[in-house]
Amino acid sequence: MPQLFRPSSNTIARLSIVAVILLLGSTLALAYIMDRGPWTTSVRVAPEQPIPFSHKHHVKDDGIDCRYCHTSVETSGFAGLPPTETCMSCHSQIWNNASVTQPIRDSWASGQSIVWTRVHKLPDFVYFNHSIHLNKGIGCSACHGQVSEMPLMYKVNTLNMNWCVNCHRNPAAYIRPKSEIFNVDYVYPANQAELGAKLVKEYHVNSLTDCVTCHR
Amino acid sequence: MALPENPNLIELPEIPDPGPDEILGPGHNYATVTDRIAGVVFSPWSRWPGKWWIGAIIAFGFVNLLMLAMYVLFFRGIGVWGVNIPIGWGFAIINFVWWIGIGHAGTLISAILFLLRQDWRTSINRFSEAMTLFAVACAGMFPILHLGRPWLAYWLFPYPNSMWLWPQPRSPLEWDVFAVSTYGTVSLVFWYIGLIPDLASLRDTAPHPWQQKIYGILSLGWRGSAVHWSRYQKAYLLLAGLSTPLVLSVHTIVSFDFAISIIPGWHTTIFPPYFVAGAIYSGFAMVLTLIIPLRSWYNMRDLITLRHIDAASKFMLGTGLIVAYGYAMEAFFAWYSGDKYESFMYWNRMTGPYAVTYWLLILCNITLPQALWSRRVRHNIGLVWVISLIVNVGMWLERFEIVVTSLTRDFVPSSWGTYIPTKWDWATYTGTLGFFMLLIFLFVRMLPSISIFEVREVVHHQSHPKATLAEKQR
Amino acid sequence: MKQSLIPLESLLEAPKKDAPDLQAIREKLASGRGPAFWRTLDEAAETKELQEYVEQEFPGLSGQIPQGVDRRSLLKVMAASLAMAGAAACTKLPKETIVPYVRQPENLIPGLPLFYATAMTSGGYARGVLVESHLNRPTKVEGNPDHPASLGSTTIFEQASVLNLYDPDRSETALHEGEISNWATFTGAFSTEAQDIAARKGEGLAILTGQTTSPTLIYQMTTLQSQYPGAKWYIHEPGVNPAISGAAKKIAGKNAFVAYDFSQADVVVSLDSDFLNNGPAALAYARQFSKKRSVDNGNTPVRLYAIESTPTVSGSIADHRFPVKSSAIPSIAYQLAKACGVNAPDSGAASPVWLNAVAQDLQNSKGQCIVVAGEYQPESVHLAAWAINSALGNVGKTVRLLEGVEADNTHGIEELTGDLNAGKVEVLVILDSNPVYSAPGALNFVSAIRKARLVVRLGQFFDETSRYSHWHVPAAHSLETWSDARAFDGTTTIIQPLIAPLYENKSAHELLSILMAKPDQSAHDIVKGYWQSQLKGGDFDTIWKTSLHDGWIAGKTVNTINAGGTVALPNLQPAIADLEVVFRPDPTIGDGSWANNGWLQELPKPQSKMTWDNTVAISPKDAQRMNVTIGDMLKVIVNGQSATGPAWILPGHAENSVTVYLGYGRTASGKVGTGIGYDAYPIQQVNTPWNAPGTISKTGEHYRLANVQETQTMAGREPVRATDLVEYRKTPNFPTAEEPPLDKATTLYPPWPYEGYKWGMTIDLNVCTGCSACIIACQAENNIAVVGKDQVARGRHMHWIRVDRYYAGNDIDNPEIYNQPVPCMHCEDAPCEVVCPVAATVHSNEGLNEMVYNRCVGTRYCSNNCPYKVRRFNFYLYSDWNTESLRGMRNPDVTVRSRGVMEKCSYCIQRIQESKIQTEKEGRSIRDGEVVTACQQVCPTQAITFGNLNDKGSAVARKQALPRNYGLLDDLNTRPRTTYLGFVRNSNEALSGSTRKS
Repeated sequence: MPQLFRPSSNTIARLSIVAVILLLGSTLALAYIMDRGPWTTSVRVAPEQPIPFSHKHHVKDDGIDCRYCHTSVETSGFAGLPPTETCMSCHSQIWNNASVTQPIRDSWASGQSIVWTRVHKLPDFVYFNHSIHLNKGIGCSACHGQVSEMPLMYKVNTLNMNWCVNCHRNPAAYIRPKSEIFNVDYVYPANQAELGAKLVKEYHVNSLTDCVTCHR
Repeated sequence: MALPENPNLIELPEIPDPGPDEILGPGHNYATVTDRIAGVVFSPWSRWPGKWWIGAIIAFGFVNLLMLAMYVLFFRGIGVWGVNIPIGWGFAIINFVWWIGIGHAGTLISAILFLLRQDWRTSINRFSEAMTLFAVACAGMFPILHLGRPWLAYWLFPYPNSMWLWPQPRSPLEWDVFAVSTYGTVSLVFWYIGLIPDLASLRDTAPHPWQQKIYGILSLGWRGSAVHWSRYQKAYLLLAGLSTPLVLSVHTIVSFDFAISIIPGWHTTIFPPYFVAGAIYSGFAMVLTLIIPLRSWYNMRDLITLRHIDAASKFMLGTGLIVAYGYAMEAFFAWYSGDKYESFMYWNRMTGPYAVTYWLLILCNITLPQALWSRRVRHNIGLVWVISLIVNVGMWLERFEIVVTSLTRDFVPSSWGTYIPTKWDWATYTGTLGFFMLLIFLFVRMLPSISIFEVREVVHHQSHPKATLAEKQR
Repeated sequence: MKQSLIPLESLLEAPKKDAPDLQAIREKLASGRGPAFWRTLDEAAETKELQEYVEQEFPGLSGQIPQGVDRRSLLKVMAASLAMAGAAACTKLPKETIVPYVRQPENLIPGLPLFYATAMTSGGYARGVLVESHLNRPTKVEGNPDHPASLGSTTIFEQASVLNLYDPDRSETALHEGEISNWATFTGAFSTEAQDIAARKGEGLAILTGQTTSPTLIYQMTTLQSQYPGAKWYIHEPGVNPAISGAAKKIAGKNAFVAYDFSQADVVVSLDSDFLNNGPAALAYARQFSKKRSVDNGNTPVRLYAIESTPTVSGSIADHRFPVKSSAIPSIAYQLAKACGVNAPDSGAASPVWLNAVAQDLQNSKGQCIVVAGEYQPESVHLAAWAINSALGNVGKTVRLLEGVEADNTHGIEELTGDLNAGKVEVLVILDSNPVYSAPGALNFVSAIRKARLVVRLGQFFDETSRYSHWHVPAAHSLETWSDARAFDGTTTIIQPLIAPLYENKSAHELLSILMAKPDQSAHDIVKGYWQSQLKGGDFDTIWKTSLHDGWIAGKTVNTINAGGTVALPNLQPAIADLEVVFRPDPTIGDGSWANNGWLQELPKPQSKMTWDNTVAISPKDAQRMNVTIGDMLKVIVNGQSATGPAWILPGHAENSVTVYLGYGRTASGKVGTGIGYDAYPIQQVNTPWNAPGTISKTGEHYRLANVQETQTMAGREPVRATDLVEYRKTPNFPTAEEPPLDKATTLYPPWPYEGYKWGMTIDLNVCTGCSACIIACQAENNIAVVGKDQVARGRHMHWIRVDRYYAGNDIDNPEIYNQPVPCMHCEDAPCEVVCPVAATVHSNEGLNEMVYNRCVGTRYCSNNCPYKVRRFNFYLYSDWNTESLRGMRNPDVTVRSRGVMEKCSYCIQRIQESKIQTEKEGRSIRDGEVVTACQQVCPTQAITFGNLNDKGSAVARKQALPRNYGLLDDLNTRPRTTYLGFVRNSNEALSGSTRKS
């Protein structure tokens, strides 16, 4: 009977084995990259905002303290978002007819809130509390990065669980003196190792890794 | 009488059963074996027996029912089933254990009996391996279906994730994941390796070029050279050795799902052995249930002979007795332990709301199969088939008894409950039955349901008794 | 399926028939093999009927599940698409907006709750409450510790009222003859009407309200009546017995209230009274009573005799219960009076054997005992009780007569019906009351109301009465508007709103001021204006602010009346000879006004553990005589009228007597409450509303009931461990005496050292009355979903804490009754944890058994392996995710669970975490009593204690050190953190046996 296959089919068969392996590998790799990459985590992606509010300008150039706008950050779980009133306290005087600040004046006149796009978002089943982190020596920039360099606000961390747990397991690496909490340009000293250990003791920081620390 | 070569399957005269001592009818030579088995696969659709069509269509109907049941389940939630608090597990787990059990015969026959050089395994091992695979496929569905959030089933696999979480290694359910998937994989490879020489034979006998091509690709270029054969035998022997422990491990681990817990009726040390025995018991029952019709439909009485049925029946009898011992011990422990929960649990099985199922299973699994002690019963094909059916039912009831009845009444009476399966429970169960049967039907249609080359070996042994003896001693 | 009978042994002997063989039960118990515990008589689970209906796959849930199936199907699709999303490992986060204030209120810090003091009324009387508010959304009601009628606790109704506020079925706009209208149009129309009325000097004006103590409302009404002499004020309060105030008035000669002080009482005799659970002072009484009931540290507890027809919450912890027909109570009262040396007319009935023993016990503790008259007994009983109390010198000590605070000189519903029929009423204004539904059927109010030319109705729902009204005006919830109310002792609370009315809701004050030609006055103006006129002296604004802040106006309590001479007792009607039909408000939905509240509907009723239905409660003897099984439909005929409802065999119910529960069978109450249960008002009588002669007959049909406890046998197990005071004195550690708990080292794993906090809970079974407030408080705090009757019947109710009720003893007709709240035990060696394949339930460093919803894949193995069966599973998407108004109600600190995840009691982890964060910031550790669980906070008898076991001084640590302390199923060595204190019965030696465990 005639030959069913040409000799080349041997090669094809061998290649196909390799191909399958490569295909599987690359699919997994792709999934992994997408899962970690900005497409899913939107790290370093600055979303559209109704007003191109610049932390760089307000924090670095004007030197406004975080708490001027985020009033409840030391007392409440929620850092607080400035009401239009706060904006108006300056912008009724300065830039009071610039087009960029128009939405503020509209809001003030109409009583309709400004609708911002949320940048730092946790799932509903995660209960994060700003005040306790501040009170235990975790500074703003530890999570939010150097906002003084952000013309538009974006995330610098994934806010994924592993990122949280990383610090909760070893706070000493990220803790800083309470005096430096609101210093967004803070750089960790060379001796962070022993300083951190010291502060952890001083501030009675317990590395809480129980599920109920965040999930209720 | 010498059989004609290349017989036309349908017009073949009724071939007599050579009787309980022969594993092969008279007058076979290498060619007839090939023709006969390959003939089943290559006989044209027009000549295909109507029984096959009816069966396949019914099975397909049930597959659609399964699809519907899954749709409803996924869109409405696990609540469409009868499960509740306290009975958190119902049909899903019963069926899972039942199917896994059925999936035991195949590997046992092909691996253990191969190592034991049981020559009567040859004409039924291929078929029962296939059965094993399909049963495991059915079983594998349920653990996922029964999840509250099935779309997260992949969390049971250890993979690097952004939550920095791993599965919980102390949970027997986690052990299941590995036990079952391993078993499934090994069975598949084992089955396929065993198929390769036959796929080659099909390639060579296939009437149409496209069939030749397909089987050609599947047979991975097998030419039947001495080198091929020697490698083949090494590989097969290794896989046989590899899968032998699995036969024991899988159902042992499945039994841990219950034994590890604290529920009276679950928490007992006897489960592993008696689950394995039960598994083989039901496995052989299912083999018989399937091959008895098969051999008569396709005139294979001379390939699957009374000898095979007799041997399988003895296996059933033996494992059935182990199972009976298991029941007896459970009852004994309940009484002897003096534990109030344990003893109540057993009273409840025998006299509680589900007492009917208990006594039914005793009848099906213990009382009736004792008939197999009699040679006359074992040689009455019809009776054996009926008994095998009964055992299948009995083993399902046993799982119902273990899973449900134990959960209905455990420790705090205020939260005792009732379990009533819903129509969707039944739909899912019968659906998997249909899925299983459909796969069987397709398998019979497309692949040699009996190992051609191994039967040819038998022919060879029969024609050269000395050589056979020598091989046996090797 | 067969019946299995009381003790385990009889499983084999049980006669195989559908009806439970009560004779066999009785004999079995009489044979008294140890303390045989048992439960509901018909093992419903094993009757064919239940299986049949459970087999029905998709029964009509409409009107049984607040969120109907159809409205959810969309969500299901979403859940499934989520499924796909989940399957594809990586998904993009959805864009989300965040919206700041324009002008932020200065006292409001986003993320921190605020608490406001206000009051809620029941039967017109105030209960002071503190309401938790998140961003101006009231989410949870707690009792006001400083309020005498609350003392920090609430009843089930205050807890559930939040759901009423956000109920999507509330009426939203005014309706004119069914047509949608609005407040402005109504005001216009009604003002012109008001002018005519003014012209007629109020002739033909009738105003119907519920009972009220609101000073502002009373003031408005009195001024209105002085302006319009012709106007008449009628009061209809279907759940309240006017005889109480009637008797008090006879005694005092003026509007008065009889108040008790249980903190001083050694012996209490209840004449068909549910004083721990019913009435304006119930919470105060419960607190006093539970304190006095303590047996620890050598205290001698109070002894309670309950003489009652229908087993009540109070009766369930009585030391002696005597089932007596409700109509026979008066003669018992008189006999007791005689025995206590009161000159009472002859009751003409033979006195029961136990009477003298009880009387003797009273005599022995003169001045330190109380005879409590039943809330639904006629004046004669109240007068007799007063007479006994004064004869025993209790008056002034344990019994006081207070000046009455409720509206006086008003007319009843019968009179209104009469006036309507006589055509004397032209304009009828109905404020809140729902007479078309709840007027006694004998009055035939429906035909009467048609005679009025104009009917104006103020109501929260468009209900039965609204259907017969020309104008329906949506009423404001008490959390939405200004008003005021007084407690039984006069303490006056300004009711302040926590939220602006969700719709166009108005209060009675506003409606009345339209009548008085001041249509533009807001409730705030009216209330504040009234008090401005009242609170003279001192800076009003300061007084006003402090009053709002504290929840009560200083110096408003009423004086005690020194009642002079004794009151002559009237002659008695003889007790009903044949079957009596007893009428009671439903235990969970009251007179029917709570019918649309899913929480209350699904709250298992004390004793019967029934949900979503009212039953005809019948005694085992009668049931046996009539061969009635649970669920048989019974036709109850009173005076020609009939009502048909399912039977519930209630052990301890008086013989030859059945109890029907009012409040169900609503025809217009919203998605939840409409069309469930049967309506008992049609057979209620006018003169004898609380019990009447009647007949019952089986209709032959069988009805499906949703009960959360199926089983009756205890199989010789003792989850509740009880003993007698005498025995307790001998062996204080009776719960663990026979089988001492396992050694802590009985485990393969090394013990975990719990440093820092070690949370634990203790539940004192000795004071738990089974009132079920804990269940609903937990539901409100933890966003627990309502699942509907069908799901409950399938065993899928979601309550994180349940109250098991066990019957015990040798007498099925008068059993001992025990209540056992069961939350999660937070076992130190928790069986649930080891079996979870994804580590969704794990142990915390503080010994909490954590349940992580978002990690759960739903294998349900943890529930199987939980010996206490306290875990609950979301078999469907039970939480209503798409009804807008309900979102406002949710506690933002607790995850709203999705489909397919397990949930359970968390010891109110959100509260623990909040105080941990707070105290960490203050650099200290949590003090004892700083973290309070929802169930503990609400408990009227303070049976539940929670705290840090490592703090040896903490209340919970001290209680767990008591000898009465034991762990449920402690023989399993799960080492539960929740433990129980055994029940101690202070029975009277002279009566020993009758209700004692043998």
